[in-house]
Amino acid sequence: MMLSRVAENLYWMARYLERAENTARLVNVNSNLLLDLPPQVRPGWAPLIEITGGEAQFRQAYGEADERSVAKFMIGDTANPGSILSSLGQARENARTVRDYMPREAWEQVNALMLNAKSNLASGLGHRRRFEYLRDIIHGVQQITGLLAGTMTHDEGYQFLRMGRNLERGDMTIRIIDVRSANLLPGSSEALTPFQNIQWMSVLKSLSGYQMYRRAMRTPVRRPEVLKFLFKERLFPRAFYHTMMEVDSCLRVLPRRDVPITRLAALRSLVTAARPEAMSQEELHHFIDQLEQGLIMVNNTISDTYFLSTNPAVPGRMAVPSETEAE
Amino acid sequence: MAIRWGSYRIKGYYDELIRAAGKARPAAARVCDYLRTLKDGEIEERRQAAELAIRLMGITFTVYSEQEGSIDRAWPFDIIPRIIPSAEWRRIEAGLKQRVRALNLFIEDIYHEQRVVRDGIFPREILDSSKNFRPQCVGISPPRGVWAHICGSDLIRDKDGTVYVLEDNLRVPSGVSYMLENRLVMKRVFPELFETHSIRPVDDYPSQLYDMLCSITPRPVDQPEVVVLTPGIYNSAYFEHAYLAQQMGAELVEGRDLVVGEDDCVYMRTIEGLTRVDVIYRRIDDLYLDPEAFDPASQLGVPGLMRAWKAGQVALVNAPGAGVADDKVVYAFVPKFIKYYLDEEPILPNVPTHLCTDEKERDYVLANLDKLVVKPANESGGYGMLIGPHATAKEREEFVRLIRKDPRNYIAQPLVTLSTTPTLIDTHVEPRHVDLRPFILSGETVTVTTGGLTRVALRKGSTVVNSSQGGGSKDTWIVEETAT
Repeated sequence: MMLSRVAENLYWMARYLERAENTARLVNVNSNLLLDLPPQVRPGWAPLIEITGGEAQFRQAYGEADERSVAKFMIGDTANPGSILSSLGQARENARTVRDYMPREAWEQVNALMLNAKSNLASGLGHRRRFEYLRDIIHGVQQITGLLAGTMTHDEGYQFLRMGRNLERGDMTIRIIDVRSANLLPGSSEALTPFQNIQWMSVLKSLSGYQMYRRAMRTPVRRPEVLKFLFKERLFPRAFYHTMMEVDSCLRVLPRRDVPITRLAALRSLVTAARPEAMSQEELHHFIDQLEQGLIMVNNTISDTYFLSTNPAVPGRMAVPSETEAE
Repeated sequence: MAIRWGSYRIKGYYDELIRAAGKARPAAARVCDYLRTLKDGEIEERRQAAELAIRLMGITFTVYSEQEGSIDRAWPFDIIPRIIPSAEWRRIEAGLKQRVRALNLFIEDIYHEQRVVRDGIFPREILDSSKNFRPQCVGISPPRGVWAHICGSDLIRDKDGTVYVLEDNLRVPSGVSYMLENRLVMKRVFPELFETHSIRPVDDYPSQLYDMLCSITPRPVDQPEVVVLTPGIYNSAYFEHAYLAQQMGAELVEGRDLVVGEDDCVYMRTIEGLTRVDVIYRRIDDLYLDPEAFDPASQLGVPGLMRAWKAGQVALVNAPGAGVADDKVVYAFVPKFIKYYLDEEPILPNVPTHLCTDEKERDYVLANLDKLVVKPANESGGYGMLIGPHATAKEREEFVRLIRKDPRNYIAQPLVTLSTTPTLIDTHVEPRHVDLRPFILSGETVTVTTGGLTRVALRKGSTVVNSSQGGGSKDTWIVEETAT
């Protein structure tokens, strides 16, 4: 027996934790990337805002997208619902109400992660310690994920956690591809060619996928292979197809799964039928839009089927990727 | 300087463990002897072990603030047990059962024929002005005629050793989880005492509670669906709600998890769809239970819940309206109810109570405010009281005005000096005042917790035992007396 409210809170707790981790990865990799590129071709910090979809809000509050303001917006700005602190705060609020459904240590770690992120915020905003700060957040989330995998009964509640995590993860992977592939390579100026590798490497690294790519693809880092790897690879945990397979395996053990599974199957067949390696930039963008719409459908179907969707007081009820609609 | 019973001063109060300087009561003798053998370092070690156990077990009460999120405060705990000889406990237990039986008969009567009023035992005007009488409950017959399934009665002991009932909590009494957890802590801290003593266990309460809840199911099924209804995580007793649900293997639900169907049955929303609920142990006050029947603005309750209850499709624990007997004016009549309904003499006395509705008594109260404690009829947690002997003339004047204005709302009692019990202060012992809250379950049968929750006023001289105001708690031992 699993209460709808509990399922919903577990799902959103996992989504918010994953969102915090992914945001930390993005900021970290961008910092490194900028150090490797000559000043005239540095894409700067604006693409990060685009990936997370807070342009309008950012422009209003900060104006110029320089390093300091972007770091503040993405890490510590609690007015930005997508910032790391906001995500961790929402994760904790969701965890609070369902703490009895998880091992006690998991709740303690979610709590500690939020409190540490808050009290060490100055290190995250400054230049020198930012790497360690973000690494601690990534490790903190990984630790919680591992703890839950190793100590929580793999019952229905656990499947809702896994679904939340994987939908969020798949969502972030395609957002990163969308923005990076379009904006990291302004035009096809020849001056950039030597840096192409570096840029695609940064895409892989932001998903901890560089080594895995090398082992799986056994080719140099090039656009077609990277795209194929990140969309279609079955075994890499952050590849879009893999995340959808994970969601599928969760649904298989849940009751009333027919509609969600059908929706998800439609999304998966989009990926299997596609040849992203051959797509132009425009086609790629359109393809990613379709996938985003598919993710929204899957999320809404899960929500309608299992959750207390009538209740507005549930913390963290928000549409999944809102910016594709806004664009 | 360790524990020296010879220098423990009992100062004219009844002390639960020590009868005179250096002399322990028989039931406490072995514990007192044992404590005397501990060195300062060992005492400190035990105290820290208890603190650690409390932290690890997560025994908390929750305080929430927007800035800091939830603060789970550890429950202040004293490691020296409060000891009651089993012979004395048997009498208290019998007295509590008798009392709750009479209270349930009274509530059932009040919502039906009102014989107690017709026969002139209980004045009509007191009933008419009762805050917790619910007209919505008239004519309803809950299963087995039980309204107050869970009662927490507060007991105190006066100078001469007499145990009095101070009040009966019939709405949503709390504290039982601390009683259970305190025992677990003590077993970790003093395992050797449990080996050498015969201390009656307390840990069958959750299963007794579960059995009681099952015994009143309106639907005759093998395994009724029992849920605990909580106002949510921001409630200060949320720990207890979650704890009891977990111990019973029942779902912990909030109002929004439940829905009443057109068939007047209650369902909970699960990932499998709607599941029928049979028994609701609700930890929400009457007035928030059902926005259709009571407060329309309540977000905590379940629309239609009263309809389902009246239709006999769900059991509510305690029944709505049971609070009519949780009124300090009604309290004054309980000894009469025991005679009227059971034809028995009360085993446990009330604290003598003056009703301000009676002209003669009111005159007495107004003339003797400096000797009396005045309490409002329907408050709990010690709010709105006047402790005459400690009050200023101005405060007493204020109460003269209040009592004259609304005599129905006030009662007065002589100041009962709570008994004391040795409590660890640094590494020595000092007397601190205590009360006792046992819990009485009424379903198919009536059962009483073994002992109950002993609350202790940790501040010197204080008699306020509430956790929010410097109170803590102790483990309560019912032990066989040993010949010494």
